[in-house]
Amino acid sequence: MKEIRIHGRGGQGSVTAAELLAVAAFEDGKYSQAFPAFGVERRGAPVTAFVRLSDKPVRLRSQIYEPDYVIVQDATLVDVVDVASGTKPEGIILINTEKNPGSFNIKTEAAIRTLDATKVAIDIIGKPIVNTTLIGAFAGVTGEIRPESIKKAVMERFPGKIGEKNAEAIQAAYDLIGGK
Amino acid sequence: MKNRMTVVEGSYAVAHAAKVCRPNVISAYPITPQTHIVEDLSQFVADGEIDCEYMNVESEFSAISALIGASATGARTFSSTTSQGLALMHEALFNASGMRLPIVMTVVNRALSAPINIWNDQQDSISQRDTGWIQLYAEDVQESADMTPQIFKLAEDKDVLLPAMSCMDGFILSHVYEPVILLEQDLTDEFLPGFEPEYILDPGNPMSFGAFADPTTYTEFRYRQEEAMGVALKKIEEIASEFNDIYGRYYGGLVDGYMLDDAEIVIMAMGSVIGTIKDTIDMLRKENISIGLLKVRSFRPFPADAIKAALKNAKLVVTLDKNISIGKNEGALCTEVKACLHNTKLRVPVIGFMLGHGGRDIPIGTIVNIVDKAKAAMRNDSFIESEFADLREDME
Repeated sequence: MKEIRIHGRGGQGSVTAAELLAVAAFEDGKYSQAFPAFGVERRGAPVTAFVRLSDKPVRLRSQIYEPDYVIVQDATLVDVVDVASGTKPEGIILINTEKNPGSFNIKTEAAIRTLDATKVAIDIIGKPIVNTTLIGAFAGVTGEIRPESIKKAVMERFPGKIGEKNAEAIQAAYDLIGGK
Repeated sequence: MKNRMTVVEGSYAVAHAAKVCRPNVISAYPITPQTHIVEDLSQFVADGEIDCEYMNVESEFSAISALIGASATGARTFSSTTSQGLALMHEALFNASGMRLPIVMTVVNRALSAPINIWNDQQDSISQRDTGWIQLYAEDVQESADMTPQIFKLAEDKDVLLPAMSCMDGFILSHVYEPVILLEQDLTDEFLPGFEPEYILDPGNPMSFGAFADPTTYTEFRYRQEEAMGVALKKIEEIASEFNDIYGRYYGGLVDGYMLDDAEIVIMAMGSVIGTIKDTIDMLRKENISIGLLKVRSFRPFPADAIKAALKNAKLVVTLDKNISIGKNEGALCTEVKACLHNTKLRVPVIGFMLGHGGRDIPIGTIVNIVDKAKAAMRNDSFIESEFADLREDME
């Protein structure tokens, strides 16, 4: 089983990103589970969402304390939330930022990977909505989910022009971060 | 089976299940975390996907009152609520069961105020224990959906005719996305016949429901309700098997065991924590700990015989409760399991743990700690009756 924790701010679509990862992983033939760290959601407040991927049906219902992967949608969260909590040496923390991985002072043995998803999203989608772009980068960094499955999940969730633009951003992020 | 699955939110799967049961009247008042269910249902009605009267009301008390009237006319009725909303219905819940109206309600379990808390525990439905409603508890989204036609069939059975709550843990199941098979309309039509009660409110054939009963007859009304609960005990098993025949899915009838046969320690629980317990048991079994699970699906009627039979080899029973009877320092399952074992030859200790109140997370570590305490109790050097698990020690 692989466990993913997504950190974002209210309104950034962290829960939607988790849902799309679950749908895409299932499309790939895995069992999946996605849920938010239920809170009284407010725009801009730190929010957390969780995803589990497994070859067997997922029974575990607790929150995720030792994630294999962490996605950080907003780099300013690094100063307010312990995004590295419970991460493993072989784990990956993916941060949306224009900065280099080395510029973050995060206590973790996990690898830090960065992508300026905001720029990708503005360039392609026309809005700084980074959730879909980041899960494209997630696919590129981890190889856990095929980008085609993510694009399909996004196109089904957001049919038409919006879905197409998001799919384009997903592919761009996947390529930029070196997915293959 | 996997290729018939789709990843949806728990609330959607349950709203969809309610839809294919073809209710005639739905009335509900939105309240977190039940909201998505009634949003989805009102969308189905607005889109004409279901031929149903959706009654907008100004409170949960009105929702249940509207359904009492509708059910008495012979309509199949559905509602959903949680927490304060269920508490507000309390008075009318007795009316529904006393009038033998098989209203079905999905309770999305949530804590009660004060302090205000929107998260999951099961204090809301447990607090309605004595209202004469059937109460079943689901482990995952698929079971929550599948419970819906099962509970309609149970409630509307002519020898049962009792209102029924299908309980699913708020947020944990209502807001999770996971793969499920959405209930097929054709299979559901085959499984669940139309509701055709013998007695209805009909201007052409006037009669009264729930009218005055003086001391010479009131007792017998209660006796008949209890008798119907006894029938429900058998029907829950039968209906679960019939469901399996048609849909190919089975969750146990009244109770369900996991690694139970040779288990010295048996954990008992209800609802979504079951999955986490199963994973914990798999882990502990690898450490040669003799442990199993008895999942309780039906809390009302209480399956005393099934529980006694399942516990016959147990050396220690550990109950987990997401509720508390304040002043008894015990959850309801603990109290009832102890009580049902008392007049038997089974001399097995029962230790209760209360956990998950107001949405406090239940990781595997919590279950492991509980099992450690239980093992210490088995060595008899620290026997406890019941206590809170995971109490914070840093709060004064």
